[in-house]
Amino acid sequence: MAHAATLEIRSLNKQYQVRGESLPVLDDISLSIRPGEFVSIVGSSGCGKSTLLKLIIGLENDYQGELLLDGKRISGTSLERGIVFQEHRLFPWLTVEQNIGIGLLNNTKLTEAEKRKSVQEHIELVGLQDFAQAYPYQLSGGMSQRVAIARALVNRPEVLLLDEPFGALDAFTRAYLQYELQHIWEKEGITMILVTHDVEEAVYLGDRIVVMQPHPGRIKRIIDVPLARERNRASAEFIAIKEQVLSEFAGETEAEPLVELAADETHQLGYELIPQA
Amino acid sequence: MNVIYTFLRRDWRGLALPLALFALWYAATAFEWVNIKLIVPPEKVLEAGLRYMSGKDFTEALSNSLFRDLSGFALGGIAGILLGLAMGLSRWTEHLVGPTFNTLKHISLFAWLPLISTWLGTDDRAKILFIALCAFYPVALNTFEGVRNIPRAQLEVARVYRFTRWQSLTRLTLPGAAPQILTGLHLALIYAWMGTIGAEFLLLNSGPGLGDTVIKGRQAFNVELIIFGMLSIGLIGALFNRLAAHAETKLLAWRGHRV
Repeated sequence: MAHAATLEIRSLNKQYQVRGESLPVLDDISLSIRPGEFVSIVGSSGCGKSTLLKLIIGLENDYQGELLLDGKRISGTSLERGIVFQEHRLFPWLTVEQNIGIGLLNNTKLTEAEKRKSVQEHIELVGLQDFAQAYPYQLSGGMSQRVAIARALVNRPEVLLLDEPFGALDAFTRAYLQYELQHIWEKEGITMILVTHDVEEAVYLGDRIVVMQPHPGRIKRIIDVPLARERNRASAEFIAIKEQVLSEFAGETEAEPLVELAADETHQLGYELIPQA
Repeated sequence: MNVIYTFLRRDWRGLALPLALFALWYAATAFEWVNIKLIVPPEKVLEAGLRYMSGKDFTEALSNSLFRDLSGFALGGIAGILLGLAMGLSRWTEHLVGPTFNTLKHISLFAWLPLISTWLGTDDRAKILFIALCAFYPVALNTFEGVRNIPRAQLEVARVYRFTRWQSLTRLTLPGAAPQILTGLHLALIYAWMGTIGAEFLLLNSGPGLGDTVIKGRQAFNVELIIFGMLSIGLIGALFNRLAAHAETKLLAWRGHRV
């Protein structure tokens, strides 16, 4: 079992610069995540949840406050932290096996033979033995996302971030992958942080649910999910927690101002932000 | 059975027009609708071609032209890839070189010939330099665009897995830009061949070559030889095109079958 990390977030603030003006995206986020915990983060678009993951993975490094993994300040990317994006982001010119191998490219702890073995184990973990030599264009969306999960896990990271990993999949595939992800989490014992739009998914997988609200992004409430696993989505307790999470969004049902959403997305594309109306 | 079936199922429509033109050519000369000194009958072209091909002049002309073509293509292609990569990977280089590059590419390629021949004369060095220039532009432009179009999402993957600069180049930039680099090389192969023949036309008395054969045919009023030369040039060009398309399909099999 891999070592699982403690993640400490203290008074985290983050702004984007919009034509010389500073637009706050994260405001005073504090959250402490135990080793091996599964934390779900929910919130409507623009609440900064994806930005939070970008800071934790180290793709964004400009922030105020503290972001500590096992007491060490996070700076830049590291193989200790893995991420699964909403899109699979596989390299189309590599086979399944080679794509998973990309995860181990800069792993210095394993020998080449151990790397090959680990890749095989992770192919089996996500049940793609028959597709090891397939190219991404030959895979369905769900299969591609399983490859992406294997690629993220193959380094045995201490924390795995999941940025709406199943958002683009159909309902059946999504439910199946949620089930698989839970088993991987139990087996590997690592810390996982899942960002999602899907409240049911958050309740099904999370030990705790962090509800965020936008303008600027901040934590509204943290809800415990004291249900035993395997969780039954139809049980009264499950539905009650789901309702409780949903009630946090009551009054926030107004559609997002389009400008804000566009700004968030254009930033991700690396263009200058659209100024707010 | 299967072979015959596959054979019959091929789309033969592309052959209809050439066959019709050939029939027209044949009829026009056989019935002397035209001056057969200017439009010679096909059988005469065939006869002249066979005679010419059996001599050593043809082999020499063909091998000279191919040598010039492929040397220029290789030089221009490598230079194009290097400059395209440099501009694609570094904004600084793009700002330094880009404006000059974009201005110079508007000069018609053949306008370089007088300058090149003034510097280097009319021997092979001049021709190869000119052919390299023909190959250079499409490769440089397409490589540059291919590198620039690599998705930000994939660059982030490279950062997450802590790629070194070398790993980024060999495992992301080059394979990611490969479709466009190959498009550039494909174009370059065609441009280089046109450049080869053009240089042989325009740099006179510069040794044997297929272009030179055609020019000699004109000087000797040997229409059969002109037409035979043109056909050889066209066939070789078409062959290069097929080879390049085949290589692209093979090398880019990971894109799946394109309809």
